[in-house]
Amino acid sequence: MTNSMSEIEHTDCILITGSNTAETHPIIGRMVKRAVQRNRAKLIIVDPRQVELTKYAHIWLRPRPGTDVAWINGLMNVIIAEELWDKVYVQERTEGFEAMRQAVAPYTPEVVSKITGVPAEDIRRAARMYAKAPRAMQLYAMGITQHSTGTNNVMALANLAMLCGNVGIEGGGVNPLRGQGNVQGACDMGALPNVFPGYQSVTDEAVLGKFEQGWGTGMRLSNRLGLMLTEMFPAIMDGKLKAMLIMGENPVLSDANATHVKEALEKLDLLVVQDIFFTETAQLADVVLPAASFAEKDGTFTNTERRVQRVRKAIDPPGSAMPDWQIICALAERIGQKLQERRDRDNGRNAARAAARPAYGRWDYASPSEIFDEMASLTPSYAGISYERLERGGLQWPCPTKYHPGTPYLHKGRFTRGKGKFAAIEFAPSAELPNEEYPFYLSTGRIRYHYHTGTMTRRSPGLETIAPEERLELNPQDAQRMGIAEGDLVRVTSRRGSIEAKVRLSERSSPGMVFGTFHFREVPINVLTNNALDPVAKIPEYKVCAVRVERVPTAERPAAPERKAAEELQPA
Amino acid sequence: MASFTRHDLKRIHLTVNGRPILARAGQTVLEAARENGIHIPTLCYHEKLKPIGACRLCVVDVAGTPTPVTSCTTPATEGMVVTTDSAMLENLRRETLKLLLLRHPMNCAACELNGNCQLQDLVHEYDITHQDLHTYEITPVEYDAGVWATPLIKYHPQRCVLCGRCVQACIEITGAGAINFKGRGATTRIAPVEPTLNSQGECVSCGECMAICPVNALTEANAKPKGKPWETTRVKTVCGYCGCGCELELNVVHGQVVGVTPAGDNGVNNGALCAKGRFGYGFINHQDRLKEPMIKRDGYWEQSNWDEALDYIADKLLQIRDQHGPDAIAALSSARCTNEDNYLFQKLTRGVIGTNNIDHCARL
Ligand code: SF4
Ligand code: SF4
Ligand code: FES
Repeated sequence: MTNSMSEIEHTDCILITGSNTAETHPIIGRMVKRAVQRNRAKLIIVDPRQVELTKYAHIWLRPRPGTDVAWINGLMNVIIAEELWDKVYVQERTEGFEAMRQAVAPYTPEVVSKITGVPAEDIRRAARMYAKAPRAMQLYAMGITQHSTGTNNVMALANLAMLCGNVGIEGGGVNPLRGQGNVQGACDMGALPNVFPGYQSVTDEAVLGKFEQGWGTGMRLSNRLGLMLTEMFPAIMDGKLKAMLIMGENPVLSDANATHVKEALEKLDLLVVQDIFFTETAQLADVVLPAASFAEKDGTFTNTERRVQRVRKAIDPPGSAMPDWQIICALAERIGQKLQERRDRDNGRNAARAAARPAYGRWDYASPSEIFDEMASLTPSYAGISYERLERGGLQWPCPTKYHPGTPYLHKGRFTRGKGKFAAIEFAPSAELPNEEYPFYLSTGRIRYHYHTGTMTRRSPGLETIAPEERLELNPQDAQRMGIAEGDLVRVTSRRGSIEAKVRLSERSSPGMVFGTFHFREVPINVLTNNALDPVAKIPEYKVCAVRVERVPTAERPAAPERKAAEELQPA
Repeated sequence: MASFTRHDLKRIHLTVNGRPILARAGQTVLEAARENGIHIPTLCYHEKLKPIGACRLCVVDVAGTPTPVTSCTTPATEGMVVTTDSAMLENLRRETLKLLLLRHPMNCAACELNGNCQLQDLVHEYDITHQDLHTYEITPVEYDAGVWATPLIKYHPQRCVLCGRCVQACIEITGAGAINFKGRGATTRIAPVEPTLNSQGECVSCGECMAICPVNALTEANAKPKGKPWETTRVKTVCGYCGCGCELELNVVHGQVVGVTPAGDNGVNNGALCAKGRFGYGFINHQDRLKEPMIKRDGYWEQSNWDEALDYIADKLLQIRDQHGPDAIAALSSARCTNEDNYLFQKLTRGVIGTNNIDHCARL
């Protein structure tokens, strides 16, 4: 997030799109409710689904899935036409305005209405409401990014915010809500193929030099960009990738076009999975390593507003399980030993060459705080943070020095890159649109009571009681037309696969749209989704793909649902 | 971001128990007294909620008013003269408590709040025994428990002192308004609200009602019995589920996580939690947890140990790297792991294996 969560309750207008905030981020959802009820903030929601917060919204636009750039450009078109933009801000702090202005010129409310299905007048109303608010905050989540046009969607939102002078102020900003506990931290720590910790580029010679020194690896670090997750699976199929180490992830259930992912993982020469449960992915591995859960280790998480906070160990891990950091250290040391052995063997033959062999840096950390200190010494935005300071409460990066108080909102007074740049963005339809054979849009997401692939929440008795099985949401209009009743079993088929699930009739899905989650391994919805990628961020198009929905006649139903518990699959 | 205006800073003077004290305009008599270290017993009052005024334990005398008033709902005004501890007031409070106890079983040994219960503290303070209760010749009514608004929470009507905190928390903290008082007289209880046309009052199973109940009348329906307060250690940490990063405390008894409580009023969540954070801890001590390293040989899993498993991985990795180069190896990191885990994982990938093939599931 560019801004902080607490600002939600003090802003004048909130625009939420592509996020079922009340269910996926309940605490933020409550803040939004309170902002509307107590502080009279205006709430605009743009979502094809009737998400819970629409009850509190002043304006709810319901565009067709995958038409985000169109409505965002539409809002800007109106704001420019009606002279509602922040001219001083645009003049002083941004560049590229003219090109953007030309790009949005054709997107009049009437044109946008044809593309999105939203009435032209509603687009005008929303534009005015957003532009007239002294401070307006945008919140968005995967409903914006999980598209083949995801990067464009985000840039379009940033355009809109800058146009109205809403970036770099308290109570404004463009705020992605991070889905998983430490996504922000994983990115900050450089678990990305193109950057070191703190977003320092792997192609920058100075940065490479700094890390070579700092780590004392004794070898040159690679300056070739790595593969992104979604590129890894095709690379395996092409025979380029032979081994994979997976820490705490379950891509077999969570990734688009799951059948393909499974095939790929099976083809690897070596798959190592370290996790707390025997997940679907672990079952395909060669070696499985037992890891500690968050309750069993010390460390830090960085939340969606860049706040670094302490995670503390409450109990010991079960059996001989170890915290991930210890596993990694042990593995690194083992690899080091093997290389040392080789070196010793070589020594007789070629002493000079052997002596030049790398040392592989430091791996004997006594505690996570030592790891943190090493990281902070190489990462400017974390440089001022230490465990000692965190004892007194979380700190928001950038926090460059020991006495820096942290940064509640970014781009204050000046953009990190100098001037904010408008991008000229054109609408492009989703990679896969409904047709006669596959007439429905399928959209995927999550529900309040479960998390991700369900490995954790589904093992918590309370949550499993309240939401025990997948229910596919279908609009009652469609259901009636097709003779489907609440609780009926349906088969959903896309070009890539097919699943069966029970139906819940709900107005939340608009006609022509079905919605499902990826929490339940019995209904692996990602066999259906499209792995068409956004060209820049390489995010698969989870939010839109075309499917066919049919009722499964009673006779065809399996007698009892097949549910293999993980322990049955484990060796005795 | 509380904004202090002139008005807030205005001081007013009152006399409590003969002692002059200063209060801020807008404070209640209770708040003013507490700030000045004067004790007034309360039960339904909670700092996070608007005053409810239901239990009448906080009664005080104000000069000029004929009957005692509840201090939690009475604003402090300039020149007010207040008495908090006369014999008459103490008696009044004692009788009020006794009436509550006719409904609430003094079966403290069976209750896990034992030792951490506001009602128990009050009973102690006013030294009420079973003997005292026999002065009323009333047999308690049997209540039917009914269902709570969510299957995750169980309601114990006998324990309930009808303070109304839960009702208020559901409105003020959660914004759901899913529960309210139901019935009248001796059978009054808290129950889910009937959905009407314009308010469905849908419960979201957040458990705020449970967390704020002073007497353990609301308990976790699916949990094992929790430990007594004196055998429970509370460890402050951060919720691992979503990106909000709420602060919470894991309650640990004999090396097991048996519950989650909010960690004070600090943190991004101000002590609030959602269903996942509060009820989603069962996986931690689940029997399915992986306990030992395992290696698959010829399609069969074999239990292994760290030494063997690390050897196996290191050998295989080096062999693949020798044959196909470092870029034939990739690593997938996790948004569920800590910063330290992620940092080391990319250090391993880049600094030891020698490739930038590292990513995580941020895009999901
Ligand atoms: S359930 Fe607890 S919080 Fe609610 S009225 Fe009864 S005693 Fe008070
Ligand atoms: S669990 Fe939450 S929503 Fe449900 S009744 Fe309690 S406070 Fe209200
Ligand atoms: S605390 Fe004042 S009436 Fe309950």
